Amino acid sequence: MKYLHNIGTYFIMIKDMFRKPTKWSVMKTLILKDIDDLIINSLGIVAFISFFVGGVVAIQTSLNISNPLIPKYLVGFATRQSIILEFAPTFISIIMAGKVGSFITSSIGTMRVTEQIDALEVMGINAINYLVFPKFIALTLYPFIISIAMFLGIVGGLAACVYGGYGTMENYIDGVQNDFIPFHMTYAFIKTMVFAFILATIPSFYGYFMKGGALEVGKASTTSFVWTSVVIILVNYLITSLLLG
Amino acid sequence: MIEVKDLHKSFGDAHILKGITTSFEKGKTNLIIGQSGSGKTVFLKCLLGLFDYEKGTISYDGKIISDLSPDAKRDLRAKIGMVFQGSALFDSMTIAENVMFPLRMFTKQSFSEMEDRVNVVLNRVNLPDAHKKMPSEASGGMQKRVAIARAIVNNPKYLFCDEPNSGLDPKTAIVIDNLIQEITNEFSITTVINSHDMNSVMEIGEKIVFLKNGFKEWEGSKETIFRTDNKAVTDFVYSSELFKKVRRMYQEENQ
Repeated sequence: MKYLHNIGTYFIMIKDMFRKPTKWSVMKTLILKDIDDLIINSLGIVAFISFFVGGVVAIQTSLNISNPLIPKYLVGFATRQSIILEFAPTFISIIMAGKVGSFITSSIGTMRVTEQIDALEVMGINAINYLVFPKFIALTLYPFIISIAMFLGIVGGLAACVYGGYGTMENYIDGVQNDFIPFHMTYAFIKTMVFAFILATIPSFYGYFMKGGALEVGKASTTSFVWTSVVIILVNYLITSLLLG
Repeated sequence: MIEVKDLHKSFGDAHILKGITTSFEKGKTNLIIGQSGSGKTVFLKCLLGLFDYEKGTISYDGKIISDLSPDAKRDLRAKIGMVFQGSALFDSMTIAENVMFPLRMFTKQSFSEMEDRVNVVLNRVNLPDAHKKMPSEASGGMQKRVAIARAIVNNPKYLFCDEPNSGLDPKTAIVIDNLIQEITNEFSITTVINSHDMNSVMEIGEKIVFLKNGFKEWEGSKETIFRTDNKAVTDFVYSSELFKKVRRMYQEENQ
């Protein structure tokens, strides 16, 4: 029953996010601040993880190819497919659920605990629009992060492959270019946009509707990470079945 | 003027407010007092429209708030200033930005006009040099004064304060109390203060409403609270040794 109530409240929050908009001059500042907090500040960790995971995927693929009949370019091909289809959109989104999601839940939750949300409501401001809508708009730039993750993942694979002595640059690039299906990019970016929406709204929900004090802010951040990850995994399965199945 | 008639509020089976009827007058500091759990905060949040209530009416200058359209409610809220118990300053903004916030949200003033107004109110609360500080860099008393400045910057008709001097030392608490009273009289605001601090009652209690277990037990002023025979009020007022002594001295003087 509690879950049903939460789901209902979540959808009411989504509706309220678009109702009674905040003045544009104020909203503009909030959006720019959230772009900085959620997108720009995530670039470093995303770049680091993507580069090295790309490298590990290339090494693992190379080490597991023992049959001489399998072409050498398979390392580049497998790395590209893993990165574009799953690692960049899904794995990075789970990491972002931890980084960005916790940030959103704890910042909104702290505002709830310290009565800052009450202050907004007393002033007659739609607090949900004021707090959640800028995060939703900022995360429409999320595909930009995922594009960088895709690029650096493939470059990381190349670097590991060439400098680790697992294959040549020509073979790797051959593999990256081999049998490329453009729809896979469409599929990856559709997933990315849906995950961006989830990343903006579920952590906001757990922050906005939390009750209690500082300890509960920590608990809400953890719960928010768990549920954001669960929903991302489920939605990933659903989208994959619909678009590629 | 704010009028409340037969106000009832429950949370599940718990009946918190049990038919409160009272009024809060313009240009006066109206205090709601009572022990913890008496329903003060719930009453204040009902007045502010943060809580819905089951029965009764609340009217602001004759307009019953439950009858107002959403737009009219929004307009009314723009005329309300609120000082929260923990100040509730936006911690991502400087003190000047906090004070400017209601102006940015509800007026079409230019930036320089807003800056001028911010300077005026920060001077009014004796914080002329605090503009660029973050709330975390300000003391408790300064934060309260910033909260008052933010509450009055848009010339509110109604000012609500939830325990405005809790956590402050007695001297700073008196400064805050006097500041609220001066602002109330100066701008003819209807001010409602939620408090359980007897010093505030003595300083600024022009009208006092005493709540007990969700009922309005007594109402009067700082002059009449010493003369009342209501046992619940006297138990509350004279719970400390200091006030017991004050009462004895007061009675001796009057004899």
